[in-house]
This record gives sequence, structure tokens and C-alpha cells, in this order.
Amino acid sequence: MPGDTARRTESIELDGSAGVVKARQLVRSLAQEAGLSLVDQTKLVTAASELARNTVVYGGGGRMEAEAAWSNGRSGVRLLFADEGPGIPDVELALTDGWTTGGGMGLGLSGARRLADEFDLDTGEGRGTRVTIVKWAR
Amino acid sequence: MTEDRGAQRLVELLADHEDDFVTQWVATVGESLSGRLSNAELERELRDLYAALRSGLASGALASREDGFAEIRSLLVELSRNRARQGFTPTETAISVFALKQVLEPSLTGSAKDIRAYLQLSRLLDELGLLTAEAYARTREEIISSQADQLLELSTPVVKLWDGVVAVPLVGTLDSARTQVVMERLLQALIDYNSTQAIIDITGVPAVDTQVAQHLLKTVVAARMMGADCVISGIRPQIAQTIVALGIEFGDIPTKGTLADALRHALDTIERDKRLAENRGSLL
Ligand SMILES: Nc1ncnc2c1ncn2[C@@H]1O[C@H](COP(=O)(O)OP(=O)(O)O)[C@@H](O)[C@H]1O
Ligand SMILES: [Mg+2]
Repeated sequence: MPGDTARRTESIELDGSAGVVKARQLVRSLAQEAGLSLVDQTKLVTAASELARNTVVYGGGGRMEAEAAWSNGRSGVRLLFADEGPGIPDVELALTDGWTTGGGMGLGLSGARRLADEFDLDTGEGRGTRVTIVKWAR
Repeated sequence: MTEDRGAQRLVELLADHEDDFVTQWVATVGESLSGRLSNAELERELRDLYAALRSGLASGALASREDGFAEIRSLLVELSRNRARQGFTPTETAISVFALKQVLEPSLTGSAKDIRAYLQLSRLLDELGLLTAEAYARTREEIISSQADQLLELSTPVVKLWDGVVAVPLVGTLDSARTQVVMERLLQALIDYNSTQAIIDITGVPAVDTQVAQHLLKTVVAARMMGADCVISGIRPQIAQTIVALGIEFGDIPTKGTLADALRHALDTIERDKRLAENRGSLL
């Protein structure tokens, strides 16, 4: 399409805590570019931090894909966290506040859903895990 | 042509020209380091290397990993560590070894024996040069990781704010390693300053996720076990909203907007405890 700028998707390798830090930094700058308020920037960065760490800790590593998003004249940021790990057998349970298999607070997945405007969890036993979140500028 | 067993010719060459070779070697290397190492020190180092090289070759060894070269290997590791610490580059370090090739060149006659000797030395020095690169890299890694440790400690100062009140201002990301340091520092400061009040200020922390929160809670629990009261201050509006949305509860841990508010709270607590103790005293 003429004049349509190619959508730039950036990918970050999530193989350890250094990857989590990099993911947070990229998300912060995309959130600023998309014009998110300081509160929404912080919410998105925090959600990304939770999901990136889950990818590393439970998914055995994976990647984050990040891109600018547009809908009905609004700008936002879309993030995908993907791993080929064991997957989550019981999604309902995993999204329950306080439920953890790793000695965490059990608030990462459920908290990320509350922090984002859109949340999609695609997983299953032995299928790996793909979490997509979107945050829109207000 | 008599058959040259082992490195006979090379051993001869090195023995015949010892003083010449060492002097030129020192000069060549000294030039490449442009005077950043004293000539006396360089000469001592290279003379030791030369002697170790000769005795290794005399023992019949030709490959750097053979036992005969154990001494020169350890000398080179030592030299590389020093160069890395003194701020020389890996190239400047390896040149100390390679330069000996150039030094030898003018004394070669071009006979088959000499060419063979040169190739033997050349192969050996190549191996030894690589060894310096390895030792150099290892030392740099050690230096970098110890600097990271130092930075870790530097970036978590615990200060005495008032009589009985210590505070730790956190800046940056709070990972597990740093939390451990912060916790140890804070507990030690409580003892050192004979304090009962601790303030953890998170004004400089850009985001509080569940891992950071868990680390903070552990620190507070540890401080409480030592009989201290903990206040968390510097929770900015965007952090407060995020914490609430995440579902984190700080329980009965007092939180304050600013460090000043936290200090006032701590001083009030000290005052209240004092009055309580006095009242109890007068009742007896
Ligand atoms: N990418 C993933 N792969 C497999 N399991 C996951 C993944 N993400 C989350 N989980 C599971 O969901 C649970 C809840 O995750 P979360 O809410 O982030 O809490 P926590 O990280 O504190 O355990 C985890 O303990 C883990 O069992
Ligand atoms: Mg988690």
C-alpha cells in the first residue's frame, strides 16, 4: 500500500534477567512514543516485567515481540510473550490471585491482565505459552 | 645434511645469541608499550621468559602444552594478568611474545635447518601468544565482575537520618542480588547506629513488580525480626496505582509519600515508645 509505513516489530530474546531488563526498557520507550500517560506507561512496563519473567522462569526462555498499534484513531502498544516451554495446564488456576508453583506472589499473570487493556492467553499442556497484551493511550 | 632431531638448531641459536636477543626483544617490546612499563621491569620479565623458553626446548618439548613449558606458561599467565590490570590492550600483551620472532630473523642464514628452527619457534610462540590472550580475557572478566560488585555496594548506601533512624534510598532496579545487599546493609546499620526505625525509600525505583515487592517485604520482615519498625517511602502516584492494580498488599507496613513524611512517622514512633516506657516506669 503506498504511503503505508511498514509496521516495525521489535523482538527481544528472553533468556535471563538481562533480557527482562531489555524488554522493560523497550516497552518504556514504545509506551512513550505511543503517548501513554505516565501511569499507563508504568502499568504496561510492570505487566511486561511480569510476563517476561514468567517466560524466563517457567517457559524456559523465549522472546518478546513489541510493536506500535493503532485502532479507531488511538495509538497503543502491543506485546507478545512467547515460549516453547511446558505450557499451563489449568489456565483458570494460573489466573487466580496468589496461585504460584514457583514460590512467587502468584500475581503476575492475573495482575498483568488487570494492568493491560487487552489480554489474551494461548497455552495448554505441552504447547508452550503465548501471552498478548495491548495498552491504549487515553 | 645431518638430521636435526627435535629443536637442536633452535636451542643452539637461542644459546649463542642470548644477550643479543634479549636486548633486542626488550627494545622491540618496550617500543610497542611506548614507555608505559619501566625498562628494568620489562627486561626482568623477558629474561625470565627467555630462560624458561630455553629450558623448555632443551628438555625436548616443542608444543606449548608439554610439561617442559609449564614454567613459561605460568610466567605468561602472570604477565598477562599484570598487563590486563595495568590497562594494556590484549594486542600489546601478545606482542611481548610475538616480538621474539622478529628478533630472531636477522640471525637466520636461510639454510634448511634455520628455516626449520624458525618455523618451530614460530609455531610455539603462536601458541604461547594465544595463551596470553586467554589469560588476559580471564583477568578482565574478573576485574569487571568485581567492579560490578563494588558498584552494587556503592549504589545502596544506608544513612543515619536521625538518632535512632536509618534510611536506605533505593535507586534503579531491585534484583535479587541487590536486595540481598540492601537487606544485609540495612540490618547491619540498625545495629551499628543502635536504631529502632528503618526507612526504605523507593523514589528512585522506576517500577515495582511482584518480584521487587516480594524483595521489599522480605527486607521488612527481616528488620522486624530484629525489633525494628520499617516504613516504605517515596511511593509515587503511578507506582501506587500499579501496585494496587497488580493486587499487591503491603499489609500493616506503613507507607509514606515522601522521605520527610516517613521521618516524621519514625520520630513520632520513637517519641511514643519513650512515653510508653516512662508511663510503665511511673506505674511501678
Ligand atoms: N510462561 C509460562 N509457562 C509455564 N507456566 C507459567 C508461565 N507463566 C506462568 N506460569 C504458571 O502460572 C503460575 C502463576 O504465574 P504468576 O501469576 O506470574 O505468579 P508467580 O510468577 O508468582 O508464580 C506460575 O507459578 C506458573 O506455574
Ligand atoms: Mg510471575
